[in-house]
Amino acid sequence: MTQKMSKFKSLKKTTKVDFATYLGVIVVFAAVSALQSGGSLTRSAIGLLVPICCYMSMAVSLNLTVGILGELSLGHAGFMSVGAFTGIVVSQSLLDSVTSAPVRLAIAMVVGAIFAAIVGLLIGTPVLRLQGDYLAIVTLAFGEIIKELINCLIIGHDENGLHFIFNPAGNKTVDDLGLSATGTAIIKGAQGATGTATIATFTAGFILVMITLIVVLNLTRSRAGRAIMAIRDNRIAAQAIGLNLTKYKLMAFVTSAALAGAAGALYGLNYSSLQATKFNFNLSILILVFVVLGGLGNIWGSLIAAAALTILPEALRQFADFRMLIYAIVLIFVMLATNNPQAKAFFQRLLPHRRASAEKED
Amino acid sequence: MEFLSYLISGISLGSVYAIIALGYTMVYGIAKMLNFAHGDVIMIGGYISFCAMFYLGLPNIVAVLLAVIVCTVLGVVIERLAYKPLRSAPSLAVLITAIGVSYFLQNSALLIWKAAARVYPPVVEGSIQLFGGRLTVSYVSLLTIAACVVIMIGLTAFVNKSKMGKAMRACSEDKAAAQLMGINVNATISATFAIGSALAAIAGVLLCSFNTSLMPTTGSMPGIKAFTAAVFGGIGSIPGAFLGGLLLGVIEAMAKAYISTNLANSIVFAVLIVVLLVKPAGLLGKSVTEKV
Amino acid sequence: MTQKQRERAKLVPVSREPALLTERDADKSPVLECIDLGITFGGLKAVDNFNVTIGRTEITGLIGPNGAGKTTVFNLLTKVYQPTHGTILLNGKDIHDLNTAQVNRAGIARTFQNIRLFGDMSVEQNITVAMDTQMHYTMPEGIFRLPRFWKEERAMHERAMELLSIFHMEDLANAKASSLPYGAQRRLEILRALATNPSLLLLDEPAAGMNPSETAELMENICFIRDTFKIAVLLIEHDMNLVMNICEGIAVLNFGHVIAKGTPEDIQNNPEVIEAYLGKKKEA
Repeated sequence: MTQKMSKFKSLKKTTKVDFATYLGVIVVFAAVSALQSGGSLTRSAIGLLVPICCYMSMAVSLNLTVGILGELSLGHAGFMSVGAFTGIVVSQSLLDSVTSAPVRLAIAMVVGAIFAAIVGLLIGTPVLRLQGDYLAIVTLAFGEIIKELINCLIIGHDENGLHFIFNPAGNKTVDDLGLSATGTAIIKGAQGATGTATIATFTAGFILVMITLIVVLNLTRSRAGRAIMAIRDNRIAAQAIGLNLTKYKLMAFVTSAALAGAAGALYGLNYSSLQATKFNFNLSILILVFVVLGGLGNIWGSLIAAAALTILPEALRQFADFRMLIYAIVLIFVMLATNNPQAKAFFQRLLPHRRASAEKED
Repeated sequence: MEFLSYLISGISLGSVYAIIALGYTMVYGIAKMLNFAHGDVIMIGGYISFCAMFYLGLPNIVAVLLAVIVCTVLGVVIERLAYKPLRSAPSLAVLITAIGVSYFLQNSALLIWKAAARVYPPVVEGSIQLFGGRLTVSYVSLLTIAACVVIMIGLTAFVNKSKMGKAMRACSEDKAAAQLMGINVNATISATFAIGSALAAIAGVLLCSFNTSLMPTTGSMPGIKAFTAAVFGGIGSIPGAFLGGLLLGVIEAMAKAYISTNLANSIVFAVLIVVLLVKPAGLLGKSVTEKV
Repeated sequence: MTQKQRERAKLVPVSREPALLTERDADKSPVLECIDLGITFGGLKAVDNFNVTIGRTEITGLIGPNGAGKTTVFNLLTKVYQPTHGTILLNGKDIHDLNTAQVNRAGIARTFQNIRLFGDMSVEQNITVAMDTQMHYTMPEGIFRLPRFWKEERAMHERAMELLSIFHMEDLANAKASSLPYGAQRRLEILRALATNPSLLLLDEPAAGMNPSETAELMENICFIRDTFKIAVLLIEHDMNLVMNICEGIAVLNFGHVIAKGTPEDIQNNPEVIEAYLGKKKEA
């Protein structure tokens, strides 16, 4: 009898947390939507809605690689980039054939996810056997490579289909695509994508976040998640119990890439012009900061950190020049407070009820 | 002759990367952390020397010395304030803190000196003509290569022969044991950061002389590349940083000249990836096997 | 059989050293045969000429002074190290080309000298993750929570609880593995190894850090495990009380060589073994 009850209780604990996360996202979305339709949101706030959803999805997907698999990835923005430009190409090519914008957006996001997954598979297969910092530097390298490769792409679409030029020497232009009179150029080399029809919506962002949550949370709570965490906790013991390391590392990495690709597609279709240089090392680091601050392996933490740290610079706008400086100082301070043993003890003394409940958990 | 010109250009660029990479690798060897703020200390070195030359009208060598002193102090202060409290924290936490410091330095520079690119006067002017005028090598290039060689020899001698160098090697193997042997670990780590930051200042001066321009983001990309070079050569290995930096510079220069300017960085990174797949611990790195 | 296998088979000596098979196992094929197994690191022969056969349900002890190469033998059997010479036959099959994970799936499970639990996972998760190779639902079935997910998870949960009941650890199921006391962690490692359904269980110093009453309980548990699951056990131990009492066959290792093999009585009276542990008797 006690066995059944403890199973019931344990299932309930993680499921409780998961449902609270879903509920939280639904409630916040509903509230913000209400504010938006009620006209209470400023224009800059409305402009942040889709990016925040994208960043949330990016943070949760990166948490799968960094927090749950335990491998540092410094090139996550690269997958977002692949998804963004694939999504833009798909959406713009289908402008005439698929007139419904939401359907086009959905197709773009799915295709973006697939392409990002393929890139993730191609990169992950040779690279995931490297360890620690060496793996990190290679992911960084791939992020930069993807950025430069996309900068060399010239893509256009006309009634004959898609036209590609790969332009490493920088000497070709849109005219070399050979488009017919009714064709349009979608990606113009270093200029990036311009003239994109912006079909991204907050609702789509909400759906993206929910799907990301369902995939990552359910994966983590399934046998694949256990295997992935075991590899993180003790690679040698994981091998000793028969786990196929490559299979599970790739599973985490590729899933993470696919979700980033979908987020990228949504992001790309939110702006009428977008350059590949936007998806640089700084963006990868930005997402990584969300993940670390929210807590490695802590999915709802990533959501909150992504939202808070995107809103923070905007909220600090009044400080104009100083706001990034304050952001930096806040970041350093928070890292010190959450990791330094003396600081942690200090804060625990300040919050006696937190300490009591922490002791109870042990 | 063109090839030689590109090669020399690559070697001097590589020398700068090597000097920066030495700072990364020394700090990693001892503190086991990737100091992402290192690239921005380079930038600060550039700005200090620029101000000394431009606003204070100091002679170039004094300006360089001033930059070295300021950066050394800056490096030690950063270590004490931001990294020392996290010595027992997981390495990812220290990484993010380093990123915070990097943001801090970049935005401080932005506030103080504004975003506009400054024209940086090369610390030595002029060039020499070789092979009857067919090859021009700037004094900056020569100085850079010479500086790199001197630093390399000096650092190797220091680490292998001096007492502090021995202390550094001990700390990088086992901090706790070093402390039990009476080594002042805090002082050793501070000294490492001091040396690394001094090297960064020199690299900053040379880099800006090379490019003749300076912005708050100047240190960012060279920092990433030098970090790549350090890993390429085997992170924690001083000869590895030297080798990695030089190779990186040469590959970059050759790629820019003969293949594509737009893809030069990609080619460099692609070479890095291939090398790491073949030698997972870098060119001169030692792979640490876990005892089962 | 491939050409390589055929050639390697020729290396198998026709007359092998007599195995210490108990009457119980006399009619069954041995679970493990090590034939001239060895590994050389650089110039150092860490393990050499290791010839040991283990019966299907035999408890075998591997003893010897520190540094004799006992854990190295475990690492060879689990392919953490690739042998430089010799053959390992597990259930009659050569495991030469298998890696560590494949060896586990073929039937060898182990515990480690320094505990290697999945610290941030719960006690139950440490066991259910070891049952991963026995579960078959796919990633999409896991994400979309299709019926096979629920069925297999429930079955594995029940099996995990059964295993935990061997050491009376059911109410610790949700505790974080790293929060357990040392002895409980060692026991959990044994259960995790058992969960992989092995034919041969390798225990590396299972009684380390245990007091006499815990050791006595462990001895009972090892016999219980052998009797219930009908598997063989090879254990490395320094606690002679445990070794002499539950091991049916013992091999003594010194400087990488087997210096004695036999029943506990044989070993206790073997002068070479005594010399290895206590040193040579000083001439009067």
